[in-house]
Amino acid sequence: MHVSAPVVQLRDGVVAYDGRVVLSSLDVTVTAGEVVAVLGANGSGKSTLVRTVLGLVPLAAGSVELFGTPLTRFSDWPRIGYVPQRVGATTGVPATVREVVASGRLPRMRRLRRASPADRSAVDRALEVVDLADRAADSVATLSGGQQQRVLIARALTCDPDLLVLDEPTSGIDAASQVALAEALARLVGRGVTVVLVAHELGAMHPLVTRAVTLADGRVLHDGPPPALDHLHLHDPEHAHPHHDDRTPADGPVRRVSPWGLS
Amino acid sequence: MNPLTLDFMQRALLAALLVGLAAPAVGVFLVQRRLALMGDGIGHIALTGVALGFLLGTAPVLTAVVVATIGAVVIELVRQQGRTSGDVALALMFYGGIAGGVLLIGLSDEGTNANLLSYLFGSLTSVSPQDVVVISALSAALLLTVLAVGREMFAVCHDEEYAKVAGLPVRTLNLLLAVMAAVTVTVAMRVVGLLLVSALMVVPVATAQQLVRGFRATVLLSLGLGVVASTSGVLGSYYADTAPGAMIVVVALGGFLLSTLVGLLLRRRLVAEVVR
Repeated sequence: MHVSAPVVQLRDGVVAYDGRVVLSSLDVTVTAGEVVAVLGANGSGKSTLVRTVLGLVPLAAGSVELFGTPLTRFSDWPRIGYVPQRVGATTGVPATVREVVASGRLPRMRRLRRASPADRSAVDRALEVVDLADRAADSVATLSGGQQQRVLIARALTCDPDLLVLDEPTSGIDAASQVALAEALARLVGRGVTVVLVAHELGAMHPLVTRAVTLADGRVLHDGPPPALDHLHLHDPEHAHPHHDDRTPADGPVRRVSPWGLS
Repeated sequence: MNPLTLDFMQRALLAALLVGLAAPAVGVFLVQRRLALMGDGIGHIALTGVALGFLLGTAPVLTAVVVATIGAVVIELVRQQGRTSGDVALALMFYGGIAGGVLLIGLSDEGTNANLLSYLFGSLTSVSPQDVVVISALSAALLLTVLAVGREMFAVCHDEEYAKVAGLPVRTLNLLLAVMAAVTVTVAMRVVGLLLVSALMVVPVATAQQLVRGFRATVLLSLGLGVVASTSGVLGSYYADTAPGAMIVVVALGGFLLSTLVGLLLRRRLVAEVVR
C-alpha cells in the first residue's frame, strides 16, 4: 500500500474541448486526510478538474495518478466514491432509495452472486451515515433535493472509499439540508476519508475544509487555507499566488501589457 | 372452436408468452435511460433485414437479427460519440430502414404486400414451428442475460458517469443493451409486428410505474403485464380476426389507462391520509 503516495496527483494537466483550452497546465496534489474545496466561478474549470482526475474527461497533456498509480492503469475503483452533480438522481423508471444506494456496492460484489450479508450491512451503514435509513423503501423521486443529494452520497459510501469526490454537493439545496450534509461529511472526515469537493461557495461546509484551490480560466488562482467565510474570493494577500504570469481574473485590475510586449 | 386446440394458435400463444416476458425485461432499461423510442428505430431497421431475407431466399428472421443488431450497435456508437447529431443520425437510420425494406421487398419475387404487412403488424398464422424454436432460444437468452447483468445494467442506465467511476464496463454494457434490444425486436416481430414491437417493450413498464415505487417491483410487474397483454391480445385477435400486434398494443394501452386511474386514486388517498 502506498502510504506516502498522494491520494490525487495531477501534473501539467491540460484539457481542451473543441480546441478551447479549459484547463491549462494544472498541478494539483491532494494528500491523505485533506478536505480540499475546489472553488471558482462558473466556467472556471472546477468541475472539469475533478472529472479529469476521475478519468471522465480525457487529458490533452499531463498525467494523473490516484493513490500512486497512473490513471490509465488504475483499477482500484472501490477506493473512490464519486458523487456527481445531482441532475441524474432520477431516471425514466422509479427506483427506491435503497436500490440506488445498493448500486454503489457493485464494485465490491462478486459478479452473478446475490448480495451477501456484508453487502447489505454496507448499504445499511451508508444509509445511516446520511440519515436516510427510514426512507430506504421510498422512491427517490419523492425526496427533496437535499435528500436526493444524500442518496448519491450514500451510494458513494457503500464501498467504504478512501477518497470521496463531490461535484457541487450544495448547489440548489436549502440551508438546513446543507447543514445535514456537512454533518454527514464531518463523520466521514472523522474516519480519515479524504475529501475533494467542488463548490460555488462553501456555506455550511466551511468548517470542514482544510484547503481551498481556487480556479479561474482553467488555472490555479489560489491554493491554501480556505478563504474567510464572508470573503470567499480571490484576492487574499496572505496566500501565495502560484501562477504569477496568469492572466488577471476578470474582476481584477487590467494587466498593463501593450500588444507589442512593451509596458 | 376452442383456439387452444389449434396448432398454429398454440405456437402463437407460446411465442406471445415468451415475447411478453422478454420485451419488458429489456425495455425497462431503455425506458430507464429515456430511450423509449430506440425499439421503434430498431424495428424500422429490422424491416430492411426482413426484406433482405426475402431477396436472398434465406430465413427473414436471421437476416433481421443481423441487420437490426448492426443498426442498434451503430446507434449506440453514435450515441457514445454523441455530441449534437445523435438525434438526426437516429432519424436517418429510421428512414433508411423503412425505405430500404420497402425497396428490397419490391425487388424480391417472394415479397408481397400481404407478406410485408404480416411483418409490420404481426400475424397469428405465420409463426412456424421453426420460429417457435428460434423465439424460445432467443427469449431464454435475453432473460438469462438480464438476470446475469441486470444489476450492472441498472447502475449504468441510472447514472453512466457514476458507473464509469465505479469501474463497471460501461461501453460493453451499453453495446450489450443495444444488441439485446435488437434481438428483442426480431424475436417479437412475428407476433407483435415491427411497427408495434416497441410498444410491448415500453407500455408494460410505463403501466407498472403507475402502481409501484421501486425498480425491481417495476420489472416484475411489467413482466406480468407484458404476458397478460401479449397472450390476451393473441386470443382476442383470433376471435376478432385482426392483426395480433394491434390487439396486443390496444390491450396494453388499456391497462396503462386503467393503472393511471388507479395510481391517481391511490396517491390521492395517500395525500388524504397524510393531511388527516
